[in-house]
Amino acid sequence: MTHNIKEIDAKGYWRDVVKLTLSLLAIWFIVSYGAGILFRSVLDQVSIGGAPLGFWFAQNGSIYVFVGLIFYYCRAMNRLEKKYGVEA
Amino acid sequence: MGGEEFWTYFWVVLTFGTYIGIALWARAGSTDDFYVAGHDVHPTINGMATAADWMSAASFLSMAGLIAFMGYGGSVYLMGWTGGYVLLALLLAPFLREFGKFTVPDFVGDRYYSTTARLIAVVCALFVSFTYIAGQMKGVGVAFSGFLGVEFNTGIMVGMAIVFVYAVLGGMKGVTYTQVAQYVVLIFAYTVPAIFISLIVTGNPVPQLGFISNVKGEDISMLEKLNTVVTDLGFLEYTQTDKSMFDVFAITGALMFGTAGLPHVIIRFFTVSSAGAARVSAGWALVFIALLYTTAPAVASLARLNFIDTVNESTYIASDADYDTEAATIVAEGGKPIPAWFKSWEKIGLLEVTDKNGDGIVQYRAGADNEVTKLDRDIIVTANPSIAGLPAWVIGLVVAGGLAAALSTAAGLLMVISSSVSHDLCRRTFFKGMTDQQELLTARGAAAGAVILAGVMGMNTAKLGFVAQVVAFAFGLAAASLFPVIVLGIFWKRMNREGAIASMLTGLITTFWYIYHFKFVDTDSSHWWLGVSPEGIGFVFMFLSLAVGVVVALVTAPPPQDIQDLVEDIRVPGTRTPHGIADAEMLPE
Repeated sequence: MTHNIKEIDAKGYWRDVVKLTLSLLAIWFIVSYGAGILFRSVLDQVSIGGAPLGFWFAQNGSIYVFVGLIFYYCRAMNRLEKKYGVEA
Repeated sequence: MGGEEFWTYFWVVLTFGTYIGIALWARAGSTDDFYVAGHDVHPTINGMATAADWMSAASFLSMAGLIAFMGYGGSVYLMGWTGGYVLLALLLAPFLREFGKFTVPDFVGDRYYSTTARLIAVVCALFVSFTYIAGQMKGVGVAFSGFLGVEFNTGIMVGMAIVFVYAVLGGMKGVTYTQVAQYVVLIFAYTVPAIFISLIVTGNPVPQLGFISNVKGEDISMLEKLNTVVTDLGFLEYTQTDKSMFDVFAITGALMFGTAGLPHVIIRFFTVSSAGAARVSAGWALVFIALLYTTAPAVASLARLNFIDTVNESTYIASDADYDTEAATIVAEGGKPIPAWFKSWEKIGLLEVTDKNGDGIVQYRAGADNEVTKLDRDIIVTANPSIAGLPAWVIGLVVAGGLAAALSTAAGLLMVISSSVSHDLCRRTFFKGMTDQQELLTARGAAAGAVILAGVMGMNTAKLGFVAQVVAFAFGLAAASLFPVIVLGIFWKRMNREGAIASMLTGLITTFWYIYHFKFVDTDSSHWWLGVSPEGIGFVFMFLSLAVGVVVALVTAPPPQDIQDLVEDIRVPGTRTPHGIADAEMLPE
């Protein structure tokens, strides 16, 4: 089978994609399972507005971060694609 | 009530008319149109359609109520049903779009060069979709019978007829554009009452901010006040839970990974034009979902506070008495009459009061002397506009919103069921010589059959009382059986046919067995393994399924070179070329 990835450094591109994906998933884990569940009781000692911080992350904060993560991913991927000459 | 009833009919008729109008406009002319809306839906439009597809009768009607009474424990739904979109955007959607076919079993069958793998994926997809759709049809029946006084079964038939028109005629194309309209209806119906209730309690019109604000005119935050109020009545603090941390972790995980593995959500990302568009579209989907999901915890806490405030220690008024005169007398005597909305939901049977101590006053408590003996959690959303004293035209909108949520999800599920039958079973497995036109006809037939079957299941949910229970199956199975093989298929080139089959079967059998056993055979929660509830077990078995898949793949032969090349192609956007084994029967697009 022939590839039309002659000029594209597919391996380098993929390595960067995986690296980006793992770092974003780390944040995803920290704001939900971390702040919202595992370290909730610690964070609850601080409050945001009138809500305990850990509780707020579990019910509102993590969702805002999720949205931000996906749009950041889109931008970072566009940059990567430009860098490696990939046409999405 | 006259005005409310008029507006309810008004909104239901108006929205249903719109859905049919869209259906007639967006008819499907080819299998490409029918399965993936021609691959040319705009990412933002698809995001909106995905949001409606995803948010079901449960999200719209039940979730805030569940959170209101579970407090912190309800967070599992909030994080679980949104966090899955991060996984979808980063791990699945763009690559599956680049793969370029119609269904989830298409990917499993072609990537793992195996009809067996395809068939197991079909079984998972069908099982997940049918358990889910019965609940939606039941929701439609409840909305009609509870609010419009139409008989339950008649309500389901009306709902079936509507879905029939746009799903059978329009396929994915019709479904996409009706879902957009349904999103607009449901988000409006959800947020308007929330804004008003937030204004009333906290003085802040943004529910997300009201959630963290002080109670209006008092120097105490709304949540602190709620904590005090509920603990005074003997309930657990609102910001705490009695679930174990591991169980909360596991349920959140099962819902997140399950969301990412649900076929009706995944196929929505096949309708956009490219991998890049699929990523952006997942972002928009989560924006539209987050609008409702960040409002829900505010609605939950505010409504709980309001409910206690208005109902507890109020003077009961008998149903045969004239409410208005009685209420006026009670107020004149310095008492607090039971609210009018309470009486109307009592009539429908969602609320019930037993005056245990015979003092004529309603005591709402935790424990044995509680006098609100029936409290259906769904009233939190449905009664919200009445509690906030909103005009009749807003109150009438809630039913249309609930119906929009139920119908849009039902339609998305129907697309999975019909394509599983016409595409995966007929075209790709048993009748490979089918023409496009024959397949389209079969797809319409399968959609029609599925609508009827779903309706019949919905009508029998009273007898099949387990429907609410089996939703755990849908997420557990999607997480443990579909998610691992799809992710491994993209991120691990070495993953092969044997590993995929072993992994799917492991996830399917263990999860099914655990949920079945602990929901129906042994309902004693102290016997749960590691204290994990059936709702959360899919998360645990997902790791087992991953491990089994990897080990089996390592001890068997690597996949053919063709397949490894295919995996490299789908990782890099714009490089997808046909590969013999995987694409011999159907070319990617």
